[in-house]
Amino acid sequence: MSNNVQTRLAGFALPANVEAFAGVAAHAPYLASREGKHDRKIANSLEDAIRASGLKDGMTISFHHAFREGDTTINSVVAKLAEMGFRDLTLAPSSLLSCNSPLIAHIKSGVIRRIYTSGMRGKLAEAISNGLMDNPIHIHSHGGRVHLMDRGELAIDVSFLGVATSDSFGNANAVTGKSRCGSLGYAMVDAARAKKVILLAEQIVPYPNAPASIRQDQVDFVVKVDQIGDPAKISVGAARITSNPRELLIARLAADVMEHAGYFEEGFSMQTGTGGSATATARFLEKKMLQKGIKAGFALGGITGSIVDLHKKGLIGRILDTQSFDAVAADSLANNPQHWEISTNYYANLTAKAAAVDMVDMVILSALEIDLDFNVNVITGSDGVMRGASGGHSDTAAGAALPIVVGPLIRSRIPTVVEKCTTVVTPGETIGVLVTDHGVAVNPNRPDVAERLTAAGLPVVSIQELYARATELVGTPRPIEFLDKVVGVVRYRDGSAIDVVRQVKG
Amino acid sequence: MTTSTKLRRSMLFLPGSNAAMLSTAFVFKPDSIMFDLEDAVSLREKDSARLLVFHALKLRNYRAMETVVRINPLSTPFGRQDLEAVVRAGVDVVRLPKTDAPEDVHVLEREVERIELECGREVGSTKLMAAIESASGVVNAVAIATASPRLIGIALAGFDYVMDMQTERGDGTELFYARCAVLHAARFAKIDAFDVVFSDVNDDEGFLKEVELIKRLGFNGKSLINPRQIEQLHNAFAPTQEEVDYARRVVAAAELGERQGLGVVSLNGKMIDAPVIQHARVVLQRAQASGVRR
Repeated sequence: MSNNVQTRLAGFALPANVEAFAGVAAHAPYLASREGKHDRKIANSLEDAIRASGLKDGMTISFHHAFREGDTTINSVVAKLAEMGFRDLTLAPSSLLSCNSPLIAHIKSGVIRRIYTSGMRGKLAEAISNGLMDNPIHIHSHGGRVHLMDRGELAIDVSFLGVATSDSFGNANAVTGKSRCGSLGYAMVDAARAKKVILLAEQIVPYPNAPASIRQDQVDFVVKVDQIGDPAKISVGAARITSNPRELLIARLAADVMEHAGYFEEGFSMQTGTGGSATATARFLEKKMLQKGIKAGFALGGITGSIVDLHKKGLIGRILDTQSFDAVAADSLANNPQHWEISTNYYANLTAKAAAVDMVDMVILSALEIDLDFNVNVITGSDGVMRGASGGHSDTAAGAALPIVVGPLIRSRIPTVVEKCTTVVTPGETIGVLVTDHGVAVNPNRPDVAERLTAAGLPVVSIQELYARATELVGTPRPIEFLDKVVGVVRYRDGSAIDVVRQVKG
Repeated sequence: MTTSTKLRRSMLFLPGSNAAMLSTAFVFKPDSIMFDLEDAVSLREKDSARLLVFHALKLRNYRAMETVVRINPLSTPFGRQDLEAVVRAGVDVVRLPKTDAPEDVHVLEREVERIELECGREVGSTKLMAAIESASGVVNAVAIATASPRLIGIALAGFDYVMDMQTERGDGTELFYARCAVLHAARFAKIDAFDVVFSDVNDDEGFLKEVELIKRLGFNGKSLINPRQIEQLHNAFAPTQEEVDYARRVVAAAELGERQGLGVVSLNGKMIDAPVIQHARVVLQRAQASGVRR
């Protein structure tokens, strides 16, 4: 054969970058056998896949956190990397939660040297707030994470993505199989951008697996694992409709604000979030939609069963799902053609060619603290310790026509409305309305909204009045004592640094 | 004694010992808020609860609504101390539990007047209400309701009453006579009448059914034990848009008639007299408080 090629090419001077044909398997040895073709991405073990990926000390690894508190992938992969002797890695999951406390040991031992994450909770967050790491962690929003990847700062060398089912080529999803977390909105971004992609699949299914949330042309290796996470722990305390009278009061008021702020018209769009008040808000809004015969065009973001319920009743046209918060949402994503899985790039990246947050009318947001300039803190608690996540907060606040922050004025004896936020995550200029159990405050930069809400008879007060009310009831807390050391940098969605978190004085 | 013009649809019970609730419960905006020093407070918390309620009554945020305190019976060691504290703190209404006879009200009235004089509070400014919780109280309802000009209302309290009657709470049949007796006594005395609490806070349907019943009987309102019930109750008491429209026409016709000096006014050929006009004003008052029924 080669002689034949040489004869055919005789007399032709091959350009420097063109070689003579050397057989069909010359550059694709796996084509030599059927098994080779079909199973070339299947790794016998995680360890094999890691070795084959070319991961080296000092590189950056990534994960998705769609299983939230039920995730088992991050801890088990990092434990394996530690066992294999890797060091100085940058850990870049879409977020971290309380379940990730085993990482403390791997930070201490030098396996993990840097962290990029949307947030953190529990013991890990406490340890880092107390100065566990030499390098400050970077806290980004969901959209901001994609932006940091696209501009090259966050270059993922190897991404480890847990999926419920995959075929041998890497067509994968989490809406079929056993542990279904629903949308793989976070993982889709990593699959598209990481240099190497390793899927950890609970089940290998016949080709072609559908839907392909992650596609074969993005995947390098597929490893069969026993479990990637426990979907029952995704919505710990989130999915239930609250019976707390205070949360219901806030939810009813938030629904009133949504009705009267000027955006409640046929085809409006919304993101309601997943907390107790947020879920209840959707229920109160349902009544108003039925009464006025108004339907929403789409709902966006983290999706719960209550949003799916509104959709099934014909009150929401389409659902754009970047993270499914319960089994109802995951199953709906699997079965309902109007329920779409979207990546966090599509959802919220400000340098994407389009971000869905820019299309949304009203978004319900939470706050640990909100200050007199409407700046919002969703990351540090009243003790200065990190206990939250940036999430889509600043993304949706910047994109939505009317961002609405909801929360109790006081949590036990801790005021939510403060003079200055401990940490700023979302700039106040992007927040439209604050809804508390003690009244509604409208950002002075939205006089149109204030006028409409006042005209509708809603209890509109200034944020200074709410602050005075909080102070009257619980006094002024003693300032938190911090050391100089910076333990976290809060990155705004455009990559700029908007604040830092300092080590708490222990 | 005049027919009360204050709306008293919802009277929210708060345990006087629950500092967290006391500090912010005004946000739920019941028509009246009732701090309980009696059955909801354990013996070892009687003193601390009295102090908490004393300070809660002085909170600016409770000034916007009517404050009521259920004191311990004056026959207990706590009753008089409760009374001393709450009258001095400026409570609007003292609720006397377990009122069996008009003498109970008289004793309370004398004590309240003494404290008012001692602390420089205007005599008569502390209003009273009596809770009827026994067969004796029901039988004496008229005498109790007319026992003092300070009384703004009487309330039926179901738990003790059904025990006294050797029965238990059921579909409401067991309360039928007591409800009617208390209501008639209140109407005779031209004061307000309050129905029992509905204790299953998770049974919205049962609650609304009971609200519908007592509203139709003619009660002014109901004692509530969960803030969630306030909005439901107010909505159930809210008039429909048609009722509001009709009430507006009645009041407009009445005002026109008054200006023209007419004794009897008619609307669409139908005579409207004083009770109809009074009812129309109540309808508009309820609509102003909570809008139209949703």
